[in-house]
Amino acid sequence: MYDVIVIGGGPAGASAAIYLQRFRLNVLMIMKDLGTLGRTNHIDNYWAFENTVSGKHLVEQGVAQAVRLGVDVVEEEVIGIENFESYKVKTTKNEYEGKVVLIATGQAKPNIKVKGFREYIGKGLSFCAICDGFIYRNKKIGVIGNAEFMLEELEVLRNFSDDITVFTNGLGLPLHIEEEIKEKLVTDPLCEIQGDEVVKKVVTEDGEYEVDGLFVAIGTPSANDFALRIGAFIENNYIVVDDNYMTNVPGLFAAGDCIGGLLQVVKAASDGAHAAISINKYLKTLK
Amino acid sequence: MPIKVTTDTFKKEVLESDIPVIVDFWAQWCRPCLMLAPVLEEIAKDFEGKVKVVKINVDEEGYLANQFRVSSIPTVYLFENGQVKNQVIGLMRKEDLVKRLGL
Repeated sequence: MYDVIVIGGGPAGASAAIYLQRFRLNVLMIMKDLGTLGRTNHIDNYWAFENTVSGKHLVEQGVAQAVRLGVDVVEEEVIGIENFESYKVKTTKNEYEGKVVLIATGQAKPNIKVKGFREYIGKGLSFCAICDGFIYRNKKIGVIGNAEFMLEELEVLRNFSDDITVFTNGLGLPLHIEEEIKEKLVTDPLCEIQGDEVVKKVVTEDGEYEVDGLFVAIGTPSANDFALRIGAFIENNYIVVDDNYMTNVPGLFAAGDCIGGLLQVVKAASDGAHAAISINKYLKTLK
Repeated sequence: MPIKVTTDTFKKEVLESDIPVIVDFWAQWCRPCLMLAPVLEEIAKDFEGKVKVVKINVDEEGYLANQFRVSSIPTVYLFENGQVKNQVIGLMRKEDLVKRLGL
């Protein structure tokens, strides 16, 4: 078992991993890719770089530094975190166990822009199958998504209903994902979500589909998707942490853009260091 | 401490209550619901004598959950004089829940 599993390899995640490693803790850092920062071309406001540096360069260097110092790093996509006595982090390839989890996956992605979407959140439109699936036992369920995260949600929903429709909202559907879908599949873009007090219907460019519940699991899960499932407070689309960077769930920490504030590399790196120091203290209380 | 309410006791405990009632629709398998429990316990303590807090298990009380069109849990209702005054969906901090319930 790892002492700490860090999810995210950007400035918050890698800084935390580096500090934690230096506390002689057993650290795993899981990163899906180079993240938002990895797609930023010009950074001129970070300390100690005379010339413009790319985000990609910073992230790669940070990961290389973590590896050099002894952090285990894997490039995998996390699709779920479970918390019983310890934490289980499930990726598309493996499952890891840790005493503590630090979420440092950057800012949560915005919701899809479809008419009616915001209106029905919590009124038939859900972001969490394990939380709300049960309510739609033997009812018509829709799932919006196009990747492993959607399959994960679909698997949960299959326990509750045989009448499921998968909507890809016009997004590309990889063949290995499509092969896993035994349900009705609608691939054209969504136009509107309709209903009265609760969701009743999904209107796409080419058709209309009756649903009682609609689950959203587009692309890869974001920090908030993890937080929601595990019962961590979210406020204004950011994870709520205390002064020690811990959420309301013991042993679950968060740092960087996913907790809001200044969305800058320098602040994320600082968060990572602070979180690592708090985690080190927290782990001592576990014994 | 929050009181467990069933279909049989709903009328007496909620609709006929002399003071406002917070009704929490929850389930054992719902993590956000479990994390909301301590928040509601604190609210029950803070508002003791002024507001009553009750819990309804949606697994056991499907009729009530259906009647109030609960489609996501936790869902928290505030009842006053037998009427729904507010509805709040999802897990949140105590101060946010108190504010959104209009207490």
